[in-house]
Order: sequence, then C-alpha cells, then structure tokens
Amino acid sequence: MVPADLSIILPEILLSVFAMLALLGAVYGRKDRIATSLIWVTAAIFIIAALSLMRSANGTEIGFNGMFINDGFARFAKVVVLFSAAAVLVISPDYLAERKILKFEYPVLITLSVVGMMMMISAGDLMLLYMGLELQSLCLYIIASMRRDSLKSTEAGLKYFVLGALSSGLLLYGASLIYGYAGTTSFLGIFAAAGQDHADIGLLLGLVLMLAGMAFKVSAVPFHMWTPDVYEGAPTPVTAFFATAPKVAAMALFARVLHDAFGGIVGDWQQVVALISLLSMYLGAIAAIGQTNIKRLMAYSSIAHMGYALMGLAAGTSLGIEALLTYMAIYVTMNVGTFAFILTMQKDGQPVTDISTLNMLSRSEPGKALAMLVLLFSLAGVPPTLGFFAKWSVWNAALDADLVWLVVASAIASAIGAYYYLRIVYLMYFGEEPQEALVCRPSVVLSGVLTVSSVAMILGMINLLGLEGAAEAAAATLVR
Amino acid sequence: MDEMLREYLPLLIFLVIAVGLGLVLMLSAFLIAVRNPDPEKLSAYECGFNAFDDARMKFDVRFYLVAILFIIFDLEIAFLFPWAVAFKDISDTGFWSMMLFLAVLTIGFAYEWKKGALEWQ
Repeated sequence: MVPADLSIILPEILLSVFAMLALLGAVYGRKDRIATSLIWVTAAIFIIAALSLMRSANGTEIGFNGMFINDGFARFAKVVVLFSAAAVLVISPDYLAERKILKFEYPVLITLSVVGMMMMISAGDLMLLYMGLELQSLCLYIIASMRRDSLKSTEAGLKYFVLGALSSGLLLYGASLIYGYAGTTSFLGIFAAAGQDHADIGLLLGLVLMLAGMAFKVSAVPFHMWTPDVYEGAPTPVTAFFATAPKVAAMALFARVLHDAFGGIVGDWQQVVALISLLSMYLGAIAAIGQTNIKRLMAYSSIAHMGYALMGLAAGTSLGIEALLTYMAIYVTMNVGTFAFILTMQKDGQPVTDISTLNMLSRSEPGKALAMLVLLFSLAGVPPTLGFFAKWSVWNAALDADLVWLVVASAIASAIGAYYYLRIVYLMYFGEEPQEALVCRPSVVLSGVLTVSSVAMILGMINLLGLEGAAEAAAATLVR
Repeated sequence: MDEMLREYLPLLIFLVIAVGLGLVLMLSAFLIAVRNPDPEKLSAYECGFNAFDDARMKFDVRFYLVAILFIIFDLEIAFLFPWAVAFKDISDTGFWSMMLFLAVLTIGFAYEWKKGALEWQ
C-alpha cells in the first residue's frame, strides 16, 4: 500500500529531498558563492522533472486514500509550473547579484514552493489542499521580502503575509463549514454530499468562503488589492515568479476544487466565478491605464488576465477547462518573456522600472523593442499572435456555455486594456526624444528567453504549438 | 440533519455560557462599580515611581528570532505528544512518518545552527 503511494508522489519526494540536500550542502559548503550554479542545477532538475512527467504513463493514479490525484490535468499543470519556474530561475541571477541578494536560499525556497504547488494541483482532499497552499505561500512570503534593507521589499513581504494569512483564514473557515456539512474532507465525499442540484445552505457558505480564499490566491477582483504593491515591492525576478507559476497552480487548484468537489452543483458557483471574472477584467483594464511603473502595470495586467482565464472556469464544462489550461500556458509564456525584458531595463547600471524610460527604445535597442512589440501585442490579444488564440479559446468555451453577456463584456474590456499595452508600443516607436536612451543589460540568457517567448507568440499561429491537443486531453480527465 | 445538529448542542450551550458569562462580568464592572475618578487614580500605575520614559521602546530583533526558533520546537512537541500517547496503536507507517518528520526538522535545525541564528553576538 505505502510503497505504491510513494511511487505516485515520487517527483514531489525527489524535489523536496533535493531542496533539503541543497540547503545543507550550501550552508556547510561554500554558501552564497555557489548560488548561481545552484540556480542552474535547480532549473535543470525542474526541466528533467517536467520532461519525465510529460513522458510518464497516461491515466489516473490515486494515492493515499484519494488524497493525492495524479491525472492528466495535474500533469499538464505541473509541467507548466515546472517549466515556468525553471525559466524564472535562469533569468534571476544577474539582477540578484547586482542587488547583492544572490543567496543560495533563493533556489531552495523556489523548489519548496514548487513542491507546494504540485501538491495543490494534485490535491484530492481539503487537508492536502491546505498543506500545499501553505507550503507554497510561506516560501513566497519569504522571497517577496528577500531584499531586507529595502523598505518596499519588506513592505511587500509583510503585506503579502498579512493578507495571505487572512485569505488562508477565509479558506480554512470555508473548509471547516464544508467538513461540517459534508462530513468528510475528501473531494469525492464532498461531491456525493453536495448532490446534483442545489446544495445545503451551510455547504454553499463554505463553498463561497473557499472561493474567496482561492480568488485571493489568483488575485481576482475583489481580492486583488495586494497585487500591485507586492509586484512593485518585490525584487523583479521574484515578481516574475509571482506572476507565473503560483498563478497556474492556484488556477489549477480552483478548477480542481470546483470540478472534483462541487462538479455536481455547477449552477451554484458559476455565477460567482463569472462575476469575479468580469470584475477582474474591467479593473485590470481600467486601473492599469494610469500606471507609470511597468511592474505595477504588469500587476494589473495579470489581474485582467486572471479574469479571462476565470471565464473558462465559469463555463463549467470540459471545453472551459481546456480553454483555462491553454490560456494559462500562453499567459505564462508571455509573462516570462515580458519579465525577461523588464530585467534588462537599466540606466547608468541601475535597474529601472519607469515606463517613461522606454521612450524611443526602437532606436537604441531595435531587436529588443521588436520582441517587446510582439509580446505586448500578444498580451493585448491582437489577432495574429498567440495571445489572441488564448482569448479566442476562452470566448469559445464561454459561448458554448451560453455566457454571451460575459463574452461581450470581456471583448469590451480587452479593447480598453489594449490601450495601455499599445501606449508602450507607441512610446517605444514614436515617443519623445529621451535625454538619455535606455541601455539594456547585455545578457545572453535574458535575450534568449525574450527571443524564445516572442518567437513562440508568432509561431503559435501554427496549430498553437500542439498545446490544444494536450489541454483537451488534460481537461477530459478533470471533467467527467 | 437534526440528528447531527443535536450532537453539537453541548457546544452551543458552552458557547452561550462562555459569551454570556464574559459579557456579564465585563458589563457588571461598568454598571455596578463605584466610580470616583481623580487624576492620581487615572494615571498609569508604575510601582511607586513616576514613569521614566515611554513604554514603546526599541526592542532587539534577536529576541524575535529566538522566540520564533523556540516556537518551531514547541510545535514539534505538540505533534510528538499525541504520537507518543498513541504509540501502542500506531502502525509502522506512523512510526516512520514521525521519524521522517524529525529528520526534516533536524535538517532545519542544522541549517539554523550553521547560519548562526543561535548565537547572540
């Protein structure tokens, strides 16, 4: 019994053992001097883990009495999480070294948070859900305040911690109500207790509280307030991490809970999810307009993107989950590229994040400006790019579920949102003459990640790079 | 449903009594106490002396570190106690799970030791 269970969570075990060995090895060895190599080794291990998950057997494995579910859906989300975490790791060292915060704990904490995310994605029980969520969040709180001597970074960490604890509290309260009314913490048991039409009022209360807790983790409106401050205050590589892997994991958890535990009462949560999706799209689109700091802008952009992804979830169908997974994979690719660009922005050797420094970038750095143009078009959802196909797939799923009003509203929101992405393009190509042009940090890794991500946005036109088939197969295992 | 709710009846009674008693004790102090304030009575009681300075003083952050490290081991004991009490009834899995937990904890301890968190310099 137990060895079989352990073999199911083998990737998680190996990653946590690696994290602990790395911690001990580094602290008793050469400490921060091996941080850069440790970062590369960790990234390589993430990629190996992702590749082995992609190649591993299909089908659903259930371990620990239904607590841990390793199905196609979980594998898809884990692969996206692992790849994005690896990409974020390799773009980090330069910036961290410059700010003198290149510590060996950074890759270790990222590894542990990735283990937490993998647990969340595979959770089949409220207890594992909470454990994974906390493991992930605690690591994120620490790396948010990694720049200890900066007021903004510590503020970001503290704010994230306090609000994160509040959301965990909401989630736990919801979980306790669900346990009280369903009599079990396992998703299968809750599914049976919730019935097929309308659930008990107590169960509904628990469901709504859990929705609030999870909406906080994906930073959906009205639980988004922490996002801009934390994104702005945290060191840029950490912000890049926040914007990618944890979002995918939280979204996967959202889908897992709603379909595995409450799949019988879609009508009860559909309206709530549609509402937070609508609010996120509009707040993200409108509040980003006045931003002058590109990290804050990306925070609002991610709020808006979470709104679109939640639209897929609001559909409540297998097609919706397929759209959600497609959207998240494309979103992560775009964001990793954009943050690689933000990490290259520097003036007088100091990293800058002001949007105004991008004036006439096309003259000083034509290649990077072009890559950024593609990425911004994709973020805005302009047709030939991959970002458009992401939006297309969620619209398709929402139309299929008769959510016409949501599709119309989101089309308007995306038109509003296009303004602030295109404004950056305008500044880069037709902006004012800057007194001193932005000189990008010459870094092969950053340019490489930026190039790969922007080229993917164009090549994605062809068959979506095979993403759709994988997402469809993954979605089929979640929605029965 | 009624059956289940009835099981929780003692809890409800307990909560009513706890909240009720708390309110009664606090409110009675406002309602029936003899109140005769003067400036001496209203000033902070400082054991015979006048207050030297503000009570909000800076506090060495190392105290927090020690307190937090203590809490980790305090919590570990909270896990160990029920495990030890139920030792006869738990299986091999239970035994090795706890050993694993302690091993992970030891790694954390070794890290904090080497990192110098336990030194007061």
